Amino acid sequence: MQKIGVFVCWCGSNIAATVDVAAVAEAVKSEPGVVYATDYQYMCSEGGQSRIRNAIKEYGLTGVVVCSCSPRMHEATFRKTAQAAGLNPYMVEIANIREHCSWIHKDKAEATEKAIILARTAIAKLNLNQPLIAGESRVVKRALVIGGGIAGIQSALDIADAGYEVDIVEKSPTIGGKMAQLDKTFPTLDCAACILTPKMVDAAAHEKIHLYTYSEVESVSGFVGNFTVNIRKKARSVNADLCTGCGDCTKKCPSRKAKDEFNMGLNNRGAIYIPFAQAIPNVPVIDREQCIKFRTGKCGLCEKTCSAKAIDFTQKDEIVEERYGAIVVATGFKPISLENFNEFAYAQSPDVVTSLEFERIMNAAGPTKGQLLRPSDNTHPHEIVFVQCVGSRDTSGCGKPYCSKICCMYTAKHAMLVREKYPDVNVHVFYIDVRTPGKNFDEFYRRAVEEYNVDYIKGMVGKVSPQGGKLRVQGSDLLADRQIVIDADMVVLATAIEPDPTAKGLATMLTASIDTNNFFTEAHPKLRPVESPTAGVFLSGVCQGPKDIPETVAQASAAASKVIGLLSKDKLLSNPCVAGSDEMLCNGCSACEKVCPYGAISYVEKEYRIAGKTQVRRVAQVNSAICQGCGACTVACPSGAMDLKGFSTKQIMAEVDAICR
Amino acid sequence: MQRIFGIISEKAKQLLSDGTCDRMIGWKRGEFFYDPTPAVFSGAGDLEDFVYDGFCGSNLSKYLIQQSAKEGKILALLKPCDTYSLNQLVKEHRVRRENVYVLGVECRGMLDIDKIRALGVKGIQSIEENGDQLTVHTLYGDKTIERSEVLLEKCRCCKSKEFATQDDLAVTGEPMPEAPADRFDMVKKLEAMTPDERFAFWRSELSKCIRCNACRNVCPACSCVKCVFDNDASGVASKANTDTFEENMFHIIRAFHVAGRCTDCGECSRVCPQHIPLHLLNRKFIKDINEFYGEYQAGADTESRGPLTDYTTDDVEPSVVMQRGGGK
Amino acid sequence: MSLETQKKEFKPLIVAFCCNWCSYAGADLAGTSRLSYPATVKVIRVPCSCRVNPLFVLRAFQRGADGVIIAGCHPGDCHYTTGNYYARRRMTLLFSMLDYLGIERERTRVEWISAAEGVKFSTTMNEFAQTIQALGENKRLEDLRCKESLE
Repeated sequence: MQKIGVFVCWCGSNIAATVDVAAVAEAVKSEPGVVYATDYQYMCSEGGQSRIRNAIKEYGLTGVVVCSCSPRMHEATFRKTAQAAGLNPYMVEIANIREHCSWIHKDKAEATEKAIILARTAIAKLNLNQPLIAGESRVVKRALVIGGGIAGIQSALDIADAGYEVDIVEKSPTIGGKMAQLDKTFPTLDCAACILTPKMVDAAAHEKIHLYTYSEVESVSGFVGNFTVNIRKKARSVNADLCTGCGDCTKKCPSRKAKDEFNMGLNNRGAIYIPFAQAIPNVPVIDREQCIKFRTGKCGLCEKTCSAKAIDFTQKDEIVEERYGAIVVATGFKPISLENFNEFAYAQSPDVVTSLEFERIMNAAGPTKGQLLRPSDNTHPHEIVFVQCVGSRDTSGCGKPYCSKICCMYTAKHAMLVREKYPDVNVHVFYIDVRTPGKNFDEFYRRAVEEYNVDYIKGMVGKVSPQGGKLRVQGSDLLADRQIVIDADMVVLATAIEPDPTAKGLATMLTASIDTNNFFTEAHPKLRPVESPTAGVFLSGVCQGPKDIPETVAQASAAASKVIGLLSKDKLLSNPCVAGSDEMLCNGCSACEKVCPYGAISYVEKEYRIAGKTQVRRVAQVNSAICQGCGACTVACPSGAMDLKGFSTKQIMAEVDAICR
Repeated sequence: MQRIFGIISEKAKQLLSDGTCDRMIGWKRGEFFYDPTPAVFSGAGDLEDFVYDGFCGSNLSKYLIQQSAKEGKILALLKPCDTYSLNQLVKEHRVRRENVYVLGVECRGMLDIDKIRALGVKGIQSIEENGDQLTVHTLYGDKTIERSEVLLEKCRCCKSKEFATQDDLAVTGEPMPEAPADRFDMVKKLEAMTPDERFAFWRSELSKCIRCNACRNVCPACSCVKCVFDNDASGVASKANTDTFEENMFHIIRAFHVAGRCTDCGECSRVCPQHIPLHLLNRKFIKDINEFYGEYQAGADTESRGPLTDYTTDDVEPSVVMQRGGGK
Repeated sequence: MSLETQKKEFKPLIVAFCCNWCSYAGADLAGTSRLSYPATVKVIRVPCSCRVNPLFVLRAFQRGADGVIIAGCHPGDCHYTTGNYYARRRMTLLFSMLDYLGIERERTRVEWISAAEGVKFSTTMNEFAQTIQALGENKRLEDLRCKESLE
């Protein structure tokens, strides 16, 4: 028989306001095994924890039930408390009487009744708990960063600076990401390239960092401390070891049909190309879909041009297998497709551009060499209309329900830069709200309005119609309560951003969760914002939610510090809640083996003495270092030989019984 | 039937005397002509009581779990449907296939003495099988009945005349009769009823259960080393039906545990002393599996994943149950 | 049974098996967001929806539950990659069988609720509780002795 102590937390008024905590403590005193029950204001505080420790010693408790917040919140805390008092940490059960009770019920009698039942349920389970010993597993001292934008680069640099090996996997031919495409950055207006490219060079030059560009993660297996990742190195068709990066091949290439991705398709590039001048690695790649040699077998001009003999048409994709202790996801974002927003005439007129396209137009290294020219006729525009919240904060289903967060600021930046360089251009900004919460952000916006006379109009644009070389913009001014028509030369759409399309597949591979918008979910929105709920997987940058560069860099460093903390350990304690097979009940039928996602179950032939006779039987064995404790095997097993520690069949049945009592 | 009996006897003698097999599992004469029982014959000289006739319905494959674990090779007489059960057991590593020599024996469909009696035939002395017709010798003279009218339930809806596995065959080469019924007829009928009607149907059937465990003991899929219902540690152990719930529980769990593994051999219903149509539970699972996840015949092979140890990413959702037809 | 208890208003008892990684977290989020649902819903935490044995579902009904709901990660998002796919097949077949036995099909349910779907958790539980309320007491799959022992 267990000797159980029950500790009911008030959580200040969070629980105590709706649940009669004293009544709960009183009610459970008569439960089987309970020798002590009490309530306290904050069980998780030092005062609360010391009460638990003292009671364990004083009453010789063999188990502890804490009625408090969710076990996802403080189970680990109370396990440590119990351990400190000499109790096995798995002899602790949590009754979730906050999230699952006090916070959702108003009637005190009802909530108290439910809290008592939840407490009884935890007690019923605990009565069947057994001390569990966590196993140990070695930590592979190497980290993987998926995505080579500013988030990935920053995380990798920080981890590498701490002395650990880091690999960056970037799907495009160069690292740099979206930030490399930007012209200036708000609110300081320093040039993006000037602050990013040194970091790119640092990353490439760092002895602890290895870059896999033009590569993708193919599969992930394993667990925290020991992931095995297959990386597909896509064939560049250029031998990076031989290439000198002279770029002659890119000039000679006769194919000019491919849209230049780096310039947002505003101009064309060759089939063999280097994305941009500061690309790292500075090695071209052949776009095989565009390459005449690959399509027709004829051409090969680049090969003839290359004095380094680096062109290799026979190169094949290569799969590299690597092991990592930790993984940082930094997959970033892309602007949404505007197919649902026909009212802005984006598809009809080249003079309607997205903000990222505008960024390229304004960039000195862009298609217009930084000159503000209309894409349709390369003339200087005089009226520009900026439209904010295109697809953001959209509950109609056409766009995204969330705020993309960066648009207010970059639109202010664009407006300001245009007015600075071209005082003759009139700039109008249609907005729903202007959101400027950030250091020096509001000051920046006010400068746009006050110093640069940018015409901010509160209201949305209803329609943009191309008419005689102009764009007729019809919108409403909500403050003046009138309709506005502007004949603009250009319209710039502050397009909502969304997670990179690879995020979803990657989340599945990593068994990390994503939200309904495909942003990676953090382990806790406030207390663990850079960790995914999947141990060993960390989040960096916009893959977790919209954010600007300073926030991204901050999160990247935070994720890196978490990774460093993990890699600094030699060994990790593994989850002891794993499956185990009762060999005397096992049929040897292999059903469990078939449903195990980790290949943790194997079969052995064993000799048994049964009723005086020797029998050779085939029985299942679980490798507890590999088992992650999902329990799929326990249900596949018809004889009930397979059970899960910490969530045993008997324990769950006891919980059912306690609830239905 | 005399002809096939001769062929089997001939082959069996040969295999047992030439050292291919050490012993044989087949059927031996029972107390009455209609109850031959499974038996192990120790050699070619031991075949005196061996029979094979229209009453050899029992499926011998389950005995091979024990028998194949022993020394030597056993000659197993298996009807087509029995070979599926064997295959399933081989797939689950329960039978050592290398210790079994399967002699596939032809089957015209096995007979149900209760159905013969139900036709009002009294004073039955013996039955002579002549192809699709039976001559029943009774105290009051001979009667002729159609074989197809008195088949066991499992044979009325015979799933296959093909052997899923075999080392040799004993067949006459005569054409075999078609199965007269569709095995899902009754399942469909039940599905079309209202929940109240279904509940009433099953209540009246399952309440007859005396928990003799015959269905479990005969079932080749129910071959756990220890059944959860016998295991005190399982939390569901119960040796008797003390309540309507336990009647339900036992049969639902039993059917669920064999779902995807049940070959529809029909032994559960054949041996039920209370004549509960237990096969209707298994067939419901089979029908659902076929409809939801594609046609699947347990025991058709020894390699494939069973439907419950497999999945596709776009499987139907459990809410399909709400959308399906049938009485509401 | 006393007259008093007979008169007592029917409050459905609902057992919700929630996977630790998605639906239990979704329930937590419902709590954090103060999205209410009836107190008659009681959550049991399991590591994964694939840990839910049909025995647990039947046991709950045996002991007097009026409805059982199993909630797990959305297909494709299982923390253990494939657990919910197996759970989906198992529960589809089990529910279909219960329906076949004449047990009201509305009493059993599977929902995929992510850690981010606190609203979905709450609305699902509200809906389910309403459905069960309308259905009334589970009389077809309970062990009467369990109820009597309560008296």
